[in-house]
Amino acid sequence: MANTAHVHAADAVGETRRDFLQYTTIAMAGVGGVMMVWPLINSLNPAADTLALSTTDVNISGIGEGQRITVVWRGKPVFIAHRTAAEIDAANKVNVSELRDPQPDSARVKKGKEAFLIVEGSCTHFGCIPQGMKTTEPRGEFGGWFCPCHGSVYDTSGRIRKGPAPENLHIPPYAFTSDTTVRIG
Amino acid sequence: MSTEKSVWRKAYEWHEARLPIVTWLDHSLGTKYPVPRNLNYWWNFGSLAMFMLAVMIFSGIVLAMHYTPHATMAFDSVERIMRDVNNGWMIRYMHMNGASFFFIVVYIHILRGMYYGSYKAPREVLWWIGLLIYLAMMATAFLGYVLPWGQMSFWGATVITNFFSAIPGVGDSIVTLLWGGFGVDNPTLNRFFSLHYLLPFVIIGLVFLHIWALHVPGANNPLGIDAAPSDKIPFFPYYVMKDVFGLAVFVVFYFVVVFWFPNSMGEAVNYVTANPLQTPEHIVPEWYYLPFYAILRSIPNKLLGIILMFGSILILFALPWLDTSRVRSGNFRPVFRVFFAIWIVDVLILGYVGMKPAEGIIPTIGMIGTFWYFLHFAVILPVLGWLETPKPLPASISQAVLKPAE
Ligand code: HEM
Ligand code: FES
Repeated sequence: MANTAHVHAADAVGETRRDFLQYTTIAMAGVGGVMMVWPLINSLNPAADTLALSTTDVNISGIGEGQRITVVWRGKPVFIAHRTAAEIDAANKVNVSELRDPQPDSARVKKGKEAFLIVEGSCTHFGCIPQGMKTTEPRGEFGGWFCPCHGSVYDTSGRIRKGPAPENLHIPPYAFTSDTTVRIG
Repeated sequence: MSTEKSVWRKAYEWHEARLPIVTWLDHSLGTKYPVPRNLNYWWNFGSLAMFMLAVMIFSGIVLAMHYTPHATMAFDSVERIMRDVNNGWMIRYMHMNGASFFFIVVYIHILRGMYYGSYKAPREVLWWIGLLIYLAMMATAFLGYVLPWGQMSFWGATVITNFFSAIPGVGDSIVTLLWGGFGVDNPTLNRFFSLHYLLPFVIIGLVFLHIWALHVPGANNPLGIDAAPSDKIPFFPYYVMKDVFGLAVFVVFYFVVVFWFPNSMGEAVNYVTANPLQTPEHIVPEWYYLPFYAILRSIPNKLLGIILMFGSILILFALPWLDTSRVRSGNFRPVFRVFFAIWIVDVLILGYVGMKPAEGIIPTIGMIGTFWYFLHFAVILPVLGWLETPKPLPASISQAVLKPAE
């Protein structure tokens, strides 16, 4: 009988030790699994050649006051608007704290070049291209852009004013390399 | 005749002793699978769905032999299938309209289950697996629709991948991961093709589990009562014959559309090559997504719209508990029948709303329709189970036939 007792005691100890070993094995296998899966998932992120930063140079001397042009950057449209004094005024008159994505107009343009608004032409809702680049297209009730997909309305500063989009039109990185050229990217 | 077994019989028994596949099939879909004797034609749609899955896989594999998954070549390769590849037009039209017919069949199959209470105990897991198949089908069809790389392919993909940007914090990184670039582009097309090829085989696996879960309790029936063994007949030959007859009728409808109205359910603008610099005037998804698209658009808040759109399908997973009535079949639930009909009309209205531009009265109708959709599941069904007095149930299937309810 002493023998059995001995076996039982050993069993009890063995059980907990074995549990511990099993848990560590499962945990290690889990960590290993994640380490193996991550490279597979990460391979779906933009590849090096896709990431290689592209830049687009634009001559803006030909854009008359009140005109808007679309240029292509990274395969997607960027809007350049040469705004009229009235349009800039309208953008500045807004009470910023009432906006969905509060930003003063001055934070969305370069100092000294306030007439030029440069934004990505991609609705912050689900990515459609907003209308309003031509005077014949609807610009929405704030005179900026109107997205036909689900009715988002942007003002003359490209800020979201109505409709489902959560954010203002994004501003791409850009700099004026001379008085008449701007480099996007 | 000798008492000796024929050599074929011996060979068969030798093989069955090693891999009893015929026995297994006989128990799955043959003479050893007992089925209630009173199934009506609404029970044909499960086998029709299996047929459509097979059609999609066979036509798809052949299409893939002619198709080029590259942003500059995909559109032209599909046009080549249409014009130059022998019978290519037919194979593509079978695949394109096959998706629509697959959804028609599955929608009827789901509505059948909802009316006859097939989701109730003990068939909850069967119901869940069905919903997973439906979700996988929606994903597969979305991925496939991107492949011809037309305008609606491109902009549909843009809008739908952008759904994920609504997730707070990590949303934008997830969208970039899905795209593999700064927008929907060649890497996106490539991976969508890979996944479009994969998912139908995942669906096969789910169908296998679906059938397995069906065989544990056995099929429900129009009376919704448990069928006694004496009220069951073998699947083969009875229901095999009935399913084959249903298939013959169905195939007529399918091929009338494939041959004479192949573009009736599509969007003309998808015959224009994808242009990342121009959004089509009016973006609409394929008809089978319209009610959900309407729910998404009716909510003037991005994140909430997404949550309600996915929620409208996810809520179906809870249906076995939201419906508190213990009576399965709608035949015995007079009030439920009325609300079920109203709900179907509501979904059809939402479908119409999803098709129209969001102007004028349309968004308001969409909001009311969305409200009713959720009201039906979250309030009406639970309360109805308590308030409604169902009609008396027959004691057995044969009693219902022999002594019709007065
Ligand atoms: C659940 C089953 C499937 C569904 C619901 C489905 C759905 C679709 C849809 C809606 C399209 C777009 C048709 C169009 O507008 O042109 C499509 C295209 C395509 N599918 Fe599938 N598919 C399925 C299975 C498969 C399989 C197994 C393959 C095999 C590789 C495949 C290969 C293709 C190819 C190559 C295209 C592009 C050619 C075209 O657009 O006609 N599909 N699929
Ligand atoms: S994508 Fe612009 S409003 Fe939805």
